[in-house]
Parts: sequence; C-alpha cells; structure tokens
Amino acid sequence: MKTEVATPGVLERIAREVGSWSFTLKLGLLLMTIIIFMAVFAPWVAPFDPELQDFDVILMPPDLTHLFGTDNLGRDIFSRVIYGARLDLSAGFLMTFVPMVYGVPIGAYAGYRGGWVDMVVGSVTNMAIAFPFLVMIIVVVAVIGPGINAIFISVFLLGWTMYARLARAEMMVERTKDYMLAARVLGYPTRIIVLRHGVPNTVASSVVFSMSDFTLNILLLSGLSFIGLGIQPPTPEWGAMIADGKEFILQAWWICTMPGLAIVLTGTALSLIGDGLARRLGSRHGSAG
Amino acid sequence: MLVARYVISRVLHTLPVLIGVTLFTFLAIQFVPGDPIRIMTRGHVSDAEVAAIYDRLGMNRPLAIQYGSFIVKAATGDLGESIIQNAPVSELVGEKIAPTMWLLGMGTFLSIIIALPLSLLAAAWPDSAFDHTVRTASMIGFAMPPFWIGLLLILGFGLHLGWLPISGYGDGFLGHFTHMILPGLTIAFFLAPILIQSLRASLLDALDADHIEVARSRGVPEWRIYLKHALRNALLPTLTVLSVNISWLVSGAVVVESVFALPGLGSLLIRSVGYRDYPLIQGLALVFAVIVVAVNLIADLCNGIIDRRVLRAT
Repeated sequence: MKTEVATPGVLERIAREVGSWSFTLKLGLLLMTIIIFMAVFAPWVAPFDPELQDFDVILMPPDLTHLFGTDNLGRDIFSRVIYGARLDLSAGFLMTFVPMVYGVPIGAYAGYRGGWVDMVVGSVTNMAIAFPFLVMIIVVVAVIGPGINAIFISVFLLGWTMYARLARAEMMVERTKDYMLAARVLGYPTRIIVLRHGVPNTVASSVVFSMSDFTLNILLLSGLSFIGLGIQPPTPEWGAMIADGKEFILQAWWICTMPGLAIVLTGTALSLIGDGLARRLGSRHGSAG
Repeated sequence: MLVARYVISRVLHTLPVLIGVTLFTFLAIQFVPGDPIRIMTRGHVSDAEVAAIYDRLGMNRPLAIQYGSFIVKAATGDLGESIIQNAPVSELVGEKIAPTMWLLGMGTFLSIIIALPLSLLAAAWPDSAFDHTVRTASMIGFAMPPFWIGLLLILGFGLHLGWLPISGYGDGFLGHFTHMILPGLTIAFFLAPILIQSLRASLLDALDADHIEVARSRGVPEWRIYLKHALRNALLPTLTVLSVNISWLVSGAVVVESVFALPGLGSLLIRSVGYRDYPLIQGLALVFAVIVVAVNLIADLCNGIIDRRVLRAT
C-alpha cells in the first residue's frame, strides 16, 4: 500500500483513487451521498413539517405539491420519508458498526492467539450465531418493552458474530506473514500487534460484509416497527409508515409504496457500494500478496 | 456406522444452543422490573390470588429448580401454562405451528424454484446481459422489505387481478396451498436473491474445477456437466448459506404472517409480547430455537448426503 516513492500531491492521489473505482462503487456512493444529504438537511429539503396534519388534503395522490401524496391524516409523505431517513440511517449505522467495532478485534485476537482462546471464542461465536435473533428480540422486548433500545440491545448482543468470524479467518492467514513475525520479534505486546497491525489488515472482508449487514439492519428495524415492536408512531420511520398505510392500501397505494421505495433505494445503494468495495479491496489484496 | 456417528455428533452440537437459549430466556424474565404475575394480570387480582398463581406455576421455588423443571418438562413436550389464555403453551403452539411450517416450506420451495434456473443460466453465460440482469435484480430484491413486497403482492395479484387469496390459511391441502402462494412468494423475494448470489458464485467456482475439464474432454454433453457435476458441487455452499439465513427467515416469517393475517406462531408471538404472557414467551422462544436448530441440522445432514467427505470430517 505504501509503495509510492515520489509522493504525488494529495489531490492527484485522490483523483487516481477515484479513477480506479468501478462504476457500481461510484453509483452507490453517489446515491448514498444524496440520501445522506437529504437526511442531514431534512428541515431544509422537506417541503412540509412531517407531523403536520392537514385535514383538507387527506389521502391525496402524488402531485406537484405533495410529491409522494398525503396519508390518512393529511401529512406529506415526501417530508415524512425524508425525516424517516434520519432515523433509519442513523439506527442502521449504529446497528451495523457498533458490533463491528468489537466483533473484528475479538475475531482477530482469537485468530492470532489460536489454542484455547480460539476455542472459547469460537464456541461463544457459534452459539451466538445459532441463537435465533427473533428469540433475542422477543425476550428483550418482554423485559424492557418495545422500542429502539430493545432493538439496539438485541443487535449489540448478536450482531458482532459474523465480524468476529470473518476477522478470525483473515487473521489465521495474516499471522504467519513476515510483518506479524517482525512485530513479535520486536517484542510488541499482543494488544498492539492485534489492534495496530492485525486489525487494519483483517478488516477488509468485514467492511464488505458491513454493507449488506447495513441493508439487513434497515430491513430489520423497519420490519420490527411494522409489527409494532420497534419505532412507535407517530415518529416517521419507514417501516412504521408502511404499517400505517396498510389499512388504506386500496384507496391510497402511495402511503405504503413510497417509504418502501426509500428502503429499496437505500439498500440498493449500499449493495452497490459493497459490490464495488469487494472488487476494490479484493484486487488490492491480490496485488499486495 | 459413519452416518450414525455423524447424525449423533450433529445432534449433540445443537444441545448447547438450546440450553443457552432457554437459560437466557429464563434468566431475562427474572429481570423484568416489578412482579411478572401482577404485570400479566394487570392488577385485576387480589394478593391471595397472586400467591396462588405463584404456587400453581411453582414460581416460589429456587431458580435452579424452576429452570431444571422447565427443561425436564420441555423435554417431554410440556412447555408450561399460559395464565392469560388459560391453556397449556404446548397446546397453543400446536394449534398455530402448521401455518408457520407451511409458510417456511413454501417460501424455501419457491425460492429454490426461482433461484436454481436463474443462477444456472447466469453461470452458464457469465457477464452476459442475462447475467447482469439477474445480478441487478437480485441486488434490488435483497433490499426489498418482505412486508412491503407482501403488501404489493396483495395489491397486485389479490385485489386488482383477484387471482389468489390474500389472507388467512384456507381449508384442506389445496386451500392451504393456494393461500400460501403469495406469502411464500413474499419469502422467496427475500430469500431467492441470497441463494442466487451464492449459487451463481459457487457454480462458477465449480465449473473451473479440474474434473469438469476432464468431463468435457471425455465428451460429456454440456447440459450434463452443468446439472450433474457443477450443480452437485455448488449445492453444498448454497445449503450452508440457506442454513445461515434460517434465523433471518424465521424472523421474516413472523412479519409475513402479520401481513397476510396467517394464524401462525408469529401472530401468537406478537400477542404474547403484547400481553406480556411470560410462560408463553418462554415456550415460544424454545420453539423458535428448535425450529432454527432443526433446519440447521437438516442442512448439515443434507451436506453429509451430498458429499460423503463431510461425514468423515467430524
């Protein structure tokens, strides 16, 4: 990675890096940037207050004023979808990357140490992978009640396992390489070897996986909100909005359809990024040997 | 002999999971703030009645004994008693398990029916227009929320076209079958993309292998190479993908049941959480864990049948 002899300028390096990206990666990043931009600047982008009820415009089909139509309470669906992006994106982000932050080091450590540490971590991981997520969420909801916290707790308890497994597998390969050996000979403590030298080199497959995990987590959050175990109305959340529109599906197809399209668009953007990253990181790994 | 040893070792592997799930559920319910019986009965009963319920459910015994007796009873099919619905948990589960099984079965069946030909054709002509279409479609399909697909299917096939029933479970085998087509398709929309992605990749890998070259040079017809040699080797990783995703599939099934108003375990579950019916929650947790573990076990056994080398690995 650090093979450049004459260091080119920052801009030039960025341009070269961007130039090497595949079309899917660029498209995915572009879509995601637009979605994140709309979410961050929701108060300026959204034409209406997402909770504003206007009984003059109940169940209006999409037109130029209400791009996505209005719901049974006369709320503007376009504005609600944009505000919903704030919640779904930030919750999905936490559900994906918080478990990754401890999953990768756990797996890397187990892969580095091997022996009984690996066996213990391995059986805990296998157990957590086999633990049905549904059971976890039921139990947590039964104890603390439905809501976003129950979802976070369940995901934080189980979501790290795939990252640990991926990082462990990569570490098994990395630990025999020269730079690892060098770090060991130089007498670096295990903590430093694993975190500073190991993790950066074992994180690639986890980063690729995190993109589909992100999609799955948004689907999970919206699904749980749909059945009433997640975000509670009237908070604009995509799954809860779809649940709201369920009863009016015959008169007003747009209430359900629009938030669903938002989920599909976000998920597709993330998949495109994941696909592009897989190729980008895969090729770099290949050439770095 | 080999098969028997493999089966026994796989079954033993499931035990820690089941014990972990039940122990976790059991301990978590102890942490419910307040008195679970009072929460369940919403304060409509006197102190004496609460004490009587405690007595009847054996909840004033030491925790270890309570857990031990739950496990021993569960092993014989007795999952305790729902106080709110005033019925044994196993009976409630027994009434509702068939639609859920139908849904999981139909969903998996339709997913395979959709995924198999698409990934075979995509792998036969990699990087063709067809291949790109299949991959793009599966990328988009993967991002579609199952409950949303379900609603759109209801709107399209059920309400506008009127071809298929949109809710309930129907009567008799044929009735169940037709009622399960749309819910099954909903599951397939979610599962088929995952299968296509892994099946296509492993088919391409399998087609690269030496024995395929040998078969080609021996003049084995191309269709036979695909169906017999490549597909057989590509099925193993796909089965693994299927079993890894079964936990998601079961969670998805609960949501899909709610969309199509199916009287299955999912509706029972949502009700039990709503009423805070703790014995029912505990029983359902075990039932769902058993379903997930059993499907994993079946996938493992299929692996063993497809590839006998797996048998020796354990």
